[in-house]
Amino acid sequence: MAAVFGCWTSASRKAVKPVFEKNKALLFYPVQYEGLEQSPYIFYTGATTNQQIVPGLDYLKSQGVKSVYLVGSDYVFPRTANKIIKAYAAANGMTVSGEDYAPLGSTEFGTIVNKVKSSGADAVFNTLNGDSNVAFFKEYKSAGLTAAAMPVVSVSIAEEEVKGIGTQYLEGQLTAWNYYQTTPGAANSKFVAAYKAKYGADKPTSDPMEAAYVGVYLWKAMVEKAGAFDVEKVRAASDGITFDAPEGLVTVDGKTQHIAKTARIGKIGADGLITEVWNSGKPVEPDPYLKTYPWASGLS
Amino acid sequence: MTAVTPAPPGTAVDPAPAGVLPPGRSPGRSRLRTAAGFAFGAALLFAVAPLVLSDFRLALLAKYLCVAMVAVGIGIAWGRGGMLTLGQGVFFGLGGYAMAMHLKLADAGPGGMPDFMQLYGQLDELPLWWRPFASPWFALPATVLLPMAVAFGLGSLVFRRRVRGAYFAILSQALAAAMVILLIGQQGTTGGTNGLTDIKGFFGYDLDDPVNQRMVYFIIAGTLLALLALTRQLIHSRYGELLVAVRDGEERVRFLGYDPATVKLVAYVVAAGMAGLAGALFVPAVGIISPALIGIVPSIEFVIGVAVGGRATLLGPVLGAVAVAWARTALSERFPGTWTYLQGLLFVVVVAFLPGGLASLWALARRRDDGAEPAPRGWSVLGRRRAGRTEVPAA
Amino acid sequence: MTVLFGQLFTGISIGAVLLLIALGLALTFGQMNVINMAHGEFIMAGAYTTYVLQQSITGAGLSLVVALPVAFVVAGAMGVLLEILLIRRLYARPLDTLLVTWGVSLMLQQLARDIFGSPNVQTRAPEILTGNVALPGGLTIANNRLFILALALAAVAALTLALRLTPLGRRIRAVVQNRDLAAVSGIATSRVDRTTFFVGSGLAGLAGVALTLLGPIGPTMGTNLIIDAFLVVVVGGIGQLKGSVIVAFALGVLQATGEYLTTLSVAKVIVFVAIVAFLQWRPQGLFTLRTRSLA
Repeated sequence: MAAVFGCWTSASRKAVKPVFEKNKALLFYPVQYEGLEQSPYIFYTGATTNQQIVPGLDYLKSQGVKSVYLVGSDYVFPRTANKIIKAYAAANGMTVSGEDYAPLGSTEFGTIVNKVKSSGADAVFNTLNGDSNVAFFKEYKSAGLTAAAMPVVSVSIAEEEVKGIGTQYLEGQLTAWNYYQTTPGAANSKFVAAYKAKYGADKPTSDPMEAAYVGVYLWKAMVEKAGAFDVEKVRAASDGITFDAPEGLVTVDGKTQHIAKTARIGKIGADGLITEVWNSGKPVEPDPYLKTYPWASGLS
Repeated sequence: MTAVTPAPPGTAVDPAPAGVLPPGRSPGRSRLRTAAGFAFGAALLFAVAPLVLSDFRLALLAKYLCVAMVAVGIGIAWGRGGMLTLGQGVFFGLGGYAMAMHLKLADAGPGGMPDFMQLYGQLDELPLWWRPFASPWFALPATVLLPMAVAFGLGSLVFRRRVRGAYFAILSQALAAAMVILLIGQQGTTGGTNGLTDIKGFFGYDLDDPVNQRMVYFIIAGTLLALLALTRQLIHSRYGELLVAVRDGEERVRFLGYDPATVKLVAYVVAAGMAGLAGALFVPAVGIISPALIGIVPSIEFVIGVAVGGRATLLGPVLGAVAVAWARTALSERFPGTWTYLQGLLFVVVVAFLPGGLASLWALARRRDDGAEPAPRGWSVLGRRRAGRTEVPAA
Repeated sequence: MTVLFGQLFTGISIGAVLLLIALGLALTFGQMNVINMAHGEFIMAGAYTTYVLQQSITGAGLSLVVALPVAFVVAGAMGVLLEILLIRRLYARPLDTLLVTWGVSLMLQQLARDIFGSPNVQTRAPEILTGNVALPGGLTIANNRLFILALALAAVAALTLALRLTPLGRRIRAVVQNRDLAAVSGIATSRVDRTTFFVGSGLAGLAGVALTLLGPIGPTMGTNLIIDAFLVVVVGGIGQLKGSVIVAFALGVLQATGEYLTTLSVAKVIVFVAIVAFLQWRPQGLFTLRTRSLA
């Protein structure tokens, strides 16, 4: 087996990781995740924390946000993300007004929204997963909370999820990703056109899709550079591989086996698409253990 | 275990689906057949399977056999005792976590702690409740005794108050839900949704080595056979008869002077212990234990194999569990959607139209061969309240 | 203080949702001792009915009003079909019914996945139901929650009146209290069963429409609800509706309080422990129907 492209949840990646390491096979993992991992047999083509969560916080700070409320599902990614957020907040003069977790799959958000509302926070950082997002945003709007008064930054809501929640509830809310369907550039126009031709005009592209797509091309470039399918040779050839991806230029970091990606903050529009309101200007070097951030020294 | 004394073998009844002795067969012959059956099973598991199966398939079989152990327990509690337990995942999980905690600590070495604790919990030292598991003398018995203790606690509460039938089934299912929520919520000490993964060693043996994987398989196969032998003893004892009697007429047993709560409790605790042992052996075989393996859905999936094979028979649950697990691997690899339909259909067809499972087909065919009166015990539309079936309290 | 009142209302609205999803079950379980695990999928059918209707009826308010009766009939028809094909053959084996209907629920979920896809779908709520009522002291009460509370109470009231006053209701009560006696008195019990199943499943459809205002609409939405619904019925006691009503609101307030004082995960566990403890005290639920039937 030359390479596998896949896995969605962190739990599934953790479950297969020992198998890949034992059999010395390659996995390309396409989803943003909680960082704190570096396996010689996994390439991470989604964002690690410093390419998604940290830029999200930078953006909130630049908008004058002084206090955030943390809402997440009760599992590894949100809890880890929120530890990072708390460390960032402490170092950057922000306060964390509250922190709540809902059991995975929970669809009852009365209490959390009630607490968020009474906290008077400037913004909400949302790391909820899946179905919980639907219930959370419906409750949020019903409680009279708006994107203008208390914006929510989400890290698990891409175009596909927007469709399942309803723009009625999401318009104006923020997301942090590396790619949107609306990202400019010739590479993306081609990607979006080809995707819609194959799967239908009403099917949007999204960040995890793009990261999976990029993974295949990066592997191709690695194999071509190595001149072989052999896993060790492919790994050795990986450092510095670049690809003109739909999200812009990406570069493989051979040491961490993550990729340098541009961080983008977007705003959800009435048409269900997300438009960029800010980007990092250049690709952000991956730093899964946040070693280059002094405020994060106690985290790993 | 109870005040019930084991009956001498001569009085044992044959494990026919209904728990009654079919005409024309002597207990002596039955004992001989059982011995032959065990020898055949042992030959199959210890000689044939390792020879014909690749390492990969053998590892899968090891996993199926763990599921089969849980099935044996469900066969006792549900098939024999009438307690539909939809929460065996809890006990499977307790055994699995107990074993995995020990193996993780052994991997980490003396004074070490599992990596996820630093990463997700920022713990500087091992939590108190983890510490005893460093010792194999604590952890190994705990894999069985911990689930049994939990089952004893819950069982002695609910059976004594005559919570039964559907009430008990729903409660046991809610227990699985609660356990998963608790595990996931404490990720700093339990690994959360990830569970305990990446288990490298098994009492000094490197699990990456195929030879050691084979050894784990042999341990699992041997344990399963031992559990089957134990189960046979149990269901042929006087206690086994009493259990069936409680299933078929709890009030009548009470009137006879026995305490049905104790009878049911023993079966439930034994089933929990088997599930715990299965979970413990599942960990070295597969290398992971996580909430996804023990929640509501896996718990109810444990039951389907038992129903398919024949809930009230000795071998039915084992064969059914292995067959269903195998079909799942074979089909879901290629057609995931189709497997879901098929699984649903299995529940419907087997439980509704063949409540004795495939074993009842076998028994039917054999009775015809014997020339005995064919008396298939199929499902019946007659008698809304068949005499003595008191699964749900109506008063 | 505002938060506390907010929490009280949250508890009541959790209770209203529980009541709505459990009401149909209370009816069918009470009458037939049948555990229908596919009840959650009937709720799902109600939600998808709303979605499908919105494809042709664009006005969000109108489509919701139309969806209520249509979903009732759709889910009710599914229930009757299930009753005729499977459940009536299994009345003597309630535990087996549980497993059989679990199988049915698996198939219905996969069917939904094949028809509508695995991602969630969206419906538009009428604007009025996404707003809220502001009370003095900064307290707000969400309109969709009020709507669901009203719907749940209306369903209870309608059901109670129907059971008390109509000839059909009288027949249903007769069958619940003593099936055999009802049968020998000339009541066609199997027809009564089918009607009960229609109404019980139809109520699940109503719940599905209401839930589109609160949560996700997807193939697995039913599985998350079914256990909660059963716990309400089991604790409430079978054969009477008032038990389910009281228990739904009690569990709702307990959960909201637990959520506020601890965490959502712990609150779920607290509710479960409370239920086990409660069943120690009253193993047959809050209210039990006294009958002379021996079983």
